[in-house]
Amino acid sequence: MDHKVNYLLRLGDNALVLSQRLSELCGKGPALEEDMALTNVALDLLGQARMWLGYAGELEGQGRDEDRLAYLRDAHDFRNVLLVEQPNGNYAHTLMRQFFFDTWHYFLIGALTKSSDTRIAEIAEKSLKEVTYHLRRSGDLIVRLGDGTETSHRYTQTAADELWMYTGEVFNYDDTDQAMVAAGIAQDAAMLRQQWLDHVSDIFGEATLAMPPADAWMQKGGKQGRHTEHLGYLLAEMQFLQRAYPGAEW
Amino acid sequence: MSKEWPLWEVFIRSQHGLAHKHVGSLHAPDAEMAINNARDVYTRRNEGVSIWVVRAADIVASSPADKGALFEPSNSKVYRHPTFFPMPEEVKNL
Repeated sequence: MDHKVNYLLRLGDNALVLSQRLSELCGKGPALEEDMALTNVALDLLGQARMWLGYAGELEGQGRDEDRLAYLRDAHDFRNVLLVEQPNGNYAHTLMRQFFFDTWHYFLIGALTKSSDTRIAEIAEKSLKEVTYHLRRSGDLIVRLGDGTETSHRYTQTAADELWMYTGEVFNYDDTDQAMVAAGIAQDAAMLRQQWLDHVSDIFGEATLAMPPADAWMQKGGKQGRHTEHLGYLLAEMQFLQRAYPGAEW
Repeated sequence: MSKEWPLWEVFIRSQHGLAHKHVGSLHAPDAEMAINNARDVYTRRNEGVSIWVVRAADIVASSPADKGALFEPSNSKVYRHPTFFPMPEEVKNL
């Protein structure tokens, strides 16, 4: 597969899968205001997924639009990182996953605004305001939970420890990522990783949370289509209608 | 929840709006989150808006029982109302 198409699918799938996860919480947020905020973030991400997948489909040139890419690919064709497909768990878990993702996403999207591919730069430009807000929100909440009560601190620390092994994959560059760096489209991994570690370390410091070791063992495979057992269930639910009534207009 | 999260009143000035307008209320633990929440609940993130939040407890309202004392004197004296001056057509927004 063309490297750029593959790269766009990864961007789109990350946003799509995380959006689906957040949508599961609609009506279940801990407070009405949080409920609104979560679904707002889900909608932002869905909008971004549409733009990335739409562009991927055009470049691929095989007549797959955003809907076909979202609803008619199976788990092994999905290119999202493992972090975003992890279950919502408790609220600390949801927010920690969001915070880890938002931090990476913010620096990634910021770099992509300077991409040599103008279409990618435009989509990034459009997404950057949303992503900036996401990061501000999730960072703020991590500080509140980590530095909150004894119980909230414990839950937040546990969430950080459990999700940590899914945070390294994004910096593990393969041929596709390297090709994007060489083409001036993507940023190199080392710089991105440093920015990520610095920000996470700042927020963890404020939140009185212990940061797991940066050189810990990291799970990987999502970018190549090897997923955790969670993605299949997520897709079964997400794709049901389109699978049952293929080609239906909606 | 409401025991720990006080009520905040939200005022928003829209992009071309001249003044902040009361749009509703929400619960939040502090001012910063009240602003964040107001943005999510009431603005749908339109750009160029200004948000004010104020604790509902800090607002002092007039009492309906005082209606007469507060408003009646002006209502009963027509000469207090600037309605006898013909305004030129060109003057807008009055």
